[in-house]
Amino acid sequence: MSLAVASFSLSTAARWAFLFLACSASLPVIYAQVDTFEFQTEEQQQRFRQLSDELRCPMCQNTNLTGSSGGVAEDLRREIHRMIMEGMTNEEIEQFMFERYGDFIFYKPRLRMETLFLWFGPLIFLVIGGAAAFVISRRAQQKERKASELDDAQREKLQALLKAQG
Amino acid sequence: MGRLAFFLPVSGFIVLALLLWRGLFLDPKELPSMLIDKPMPEFQLPTVDGDTISNANLPDQIFLLNVWGSYCLPCLVEHPTFMRLSEEGEIPVIGVNYKDQSELARSWLETNGNPFAFSIEDSNGRFGIDLGVYGAPETYLVDSEGVIRYRHVSVLDERVWAEEFLPAIAELRAEDI
Repeated sequence: MSLAVASFSLSTAARWAFLFLACSASLPVIYAQVDTFEFQTEEQQQRFRQLSDELRCPMCQNTNLTGSSGGVAEDLRREIHRMIMEGMTNEEIEQFMFERYGDFIFYKPRLRMETLFLWFGPLIFLVIGGAAAFVISRRAQQKERKASELDDAQREKLQALLKAQG
Repeated sequence: MGRLAFFLPVSGFIVLALLLWRGLFLDPKELPSMLIDKPMPEFQLPTVDGDTISNANLPDQIFLLNVWGSYCLPCLVEHPTFMRLSEEGEIPVIGVNYKDQSELARSWLETNGNPFAFSIEDSNGRFGIDLGVYGAPETYLVDSEGVIRYRHVSVLDERVWAEEFLPAIAELRAEDI
């Protein structure tokens, strides 16, 4: 019995050790892509992370710069790092990207004439759909009310029936 | 009123269906270029042959700027078209050797033939960023003033040349006169 317990705890310990090793071995690999750049302050690194998370890789359609291994994404990360180190603000860096790659580079496109429909199109559809639903439900209500009302002939008949009943 | 209530949603549905149907055949890889009607970005770079060049070395007539690399298979597909264009002297073609190594680029040109007046060497892709390039092959049509007028992403074969570039060039030449 005690032997069984000992072997159980031994294998659990081994399993935990393996898990720990696996995690500690794979973690640095996951973040290696981001951490190859050197920064002077925590804030610069933070901004780098934020910008490469929020900018889209132009080549790979639906990956941000952080997650993409595409050649262009690599170059753009390098450019973001350079611009941060040169002291440019986030707005200036975003403008740099916009001038070259347009609205596509932003996951959250800027509010401009060209992007108005993108921003407010869903709202227009919601208003149209809401109005249609409102009109339909009101009409149905009116119809129901009309159906439950009696016309003059029916009312006379009802009176007659009631009288006959006593 | 009854007719309107029927036709409005139906026509709305048809319009939406047509839009979405068309959307099925759009190429999501073809992004609009921000550089249309803007001058070529400033550059001073080596060619793959080692000469240093800048904007001043660009032709003062309408020309093509083709982004290529020795690693790029689609570039081999469009290569015969550029060979024909340069052999027949139809239009000068300038290359941008994008994120490549100059030895590989030179041997690629030796093996397959060189249609380019010269190839700008953009080994780290920095010039490509200024052009808004996101991968080879891409081809730009530049007018005699050095202003970018048209961009085609991916392979430029004879069909694309006839259907997209010839009309665009004819329009530019008409402007110049």
